[in-house]
Amino acid sequence: MVMIEDEQMDLLLTDLFERYGYDFTHYARASLKRRINRVWSLDKFPSFAELRYRIRNDSEYIKRFVEELTVNVTEMFRDPFFYRALRTDVLPTLAAKPFIRIWHAGCSTGEEVFSMAILLKEAGLLHKSLLYATDINPDVLASARKGIVALSQMKQYSENYVLSGGVADFSMYYTAQYSYAKFLDELAERMVFSTHNLVSDRSFNEFDLILCRNVLIYFDKALQQRVLSLFDESLGLLSYLALGAKETLRFSTLETKYRPLNGEKIWRKIV
Amino acid sequence: MAENSIITAKKAVVIGGSTGSIDVLLQVLPVLSVPLTYICIIVLHRRNTADSTLAHLLSLKTTIPVREVEDKEPVRPGIIYLAPADYHVLIERDRTFALDDSEKVNYSRPSIDVTFESAAEVFGPSLIGVLLSGANADGTAGLKAIKKKGGLLVTQLPATAQAAMMPQQAILNTQVDYILDIQGISSLLNNLNL
Ligand SMILES: C[S@@+](CC[C@H](N)C(=O)[O-])C[C@H]1O[C@@H](n2cnc3c(N)ncnc32)[C@H](O)[C@@H]1O
Repeated sequence: MVMIEDEQMDLLLTDLFERYGYDFTHYARASLKRRINRVWSLDKFPSFAELRYRIRNDSEYIKRFVEELTVNVTEMFRDPFFYRALRTDVLPTLAAKPFIRIWHAGCSTGEEVFSMAILLKEAGLLHKSLLYATDINPDVLASARKGIVALSQMKQYSENYVLSGGVADFSMYYTAQYSYAKFLDELAERMVFSTHNLVSDRSFNEFDLILCRNVLIYFDKALQQRVLSLFDESLGLLSYLALGAKETLRFSTLETKYRPLNGEKIWRKIV
Repeated sequence: MAENSIITAKKAVVIGGSTGSIDVLLQVLPVLSVPLTYICIIVLHRRNTADSTLAHLLSLKTTIPVREVEDKEPVRPGIIYLAPADYHVLIERDRTFALDDSEKVNYSRPSIDVTFESAAEVFGPSLIGVLLSGANADGTAGLKAIKKKGGLLVTQLPATAQAAMMPQQAILNTQVDYILDIQGISSLLNNLNL
């Protein structure tokens, strides 16, 4: 297996930034290194020099390279008990709002966003909600916009749905088409998909709930802090921030301004 | 004492296991010397239910704190860290944990190879890799990486493993230093605990 050296990795990251404006220098090193090794062997570069040459000189290839650096693994109702907490503890407190704005930062192929739309619909709140779903990777957004997932996943997803406290027949939310499940337009109508880079882009609205799950694990502490401050600026008092199952506010300056909800990775802004 | 623990804290043990390995740990944990002076990280294949039953189960067997890894927390001696379901566990050069939910490796997430390889880079010759029972080839590439950086390789004696394949693969394909039964594994670990 190929193994990029630390110095070589620095060279590549500098190339990506100086030539193309992609700043991966504050991504978590250990994981990023594995990603680079992975593309290196997938694309069969005989040497580091050749990999670097391609990156410096082939702007078409950059698109693929950058997309392969990000991890896009996701599923519907991932961590079902998290979604249960949204149902029981969060949505009821948002019900009194005339309008509900939710931001999915790092939404990948959209499974998280469709899960949320289903929760909102079941709580009778979808009609007055808007779900902003963003990601750095335009490819996954294109797929999210289609509102389709592989039919083979639906068994697992409907189990997750039930564990999340869902009591409806999950299959009423989609129609089966060949090997795909397509979600109801009604769900997609309340969604806006757009590219947004958490490293360099700014806040674009104020939200009642921000979900950023399994994205911060790919960032180093400094970048995590930057992104969390961005979220803080985008959240009004008593709004919510939700992170992935193993992510925490503990190492950030936000900790004192947010109160954790019991058990799940959800915090409410109290200052 | 204080000085000792600073010296030995340089040592790190990573333990990997699959089918049949929980039973081994349930026998090893109760006899481990307390406090633990080295770093200890356990990666077990498990079903991807994100509950913490496994950590709870293990914690019943020892007074050493057993914790599932959280992203960015410092890697400290004296704690038994457990890889959480559905994440690979990596270690950064500044000795903090980094989680990663990228593709499965050897059909597994967490994968033993991923943590072994990452730990090898950070701990080098101070690392001891221990591979237990399992019906899978995960762990062998990781042990190779540990050896390459000068670390020590240990496997469970295949005859004592509920599933022999994992230690066997390692023995066939790497230079394992110690092949031990369960009691042997316990005493080796206690010998590290200076
Ligand atoms: C592992 S997925 C998480 C998907 C979903 N939130 C979940 O928890 O299942 C991480 C996503 O973060 C995105 N991402 C990585 N770096 C980013 C950045 N700088 N800005 C925005 N999104 C980013 C990736 O493209 C990827 O789709």
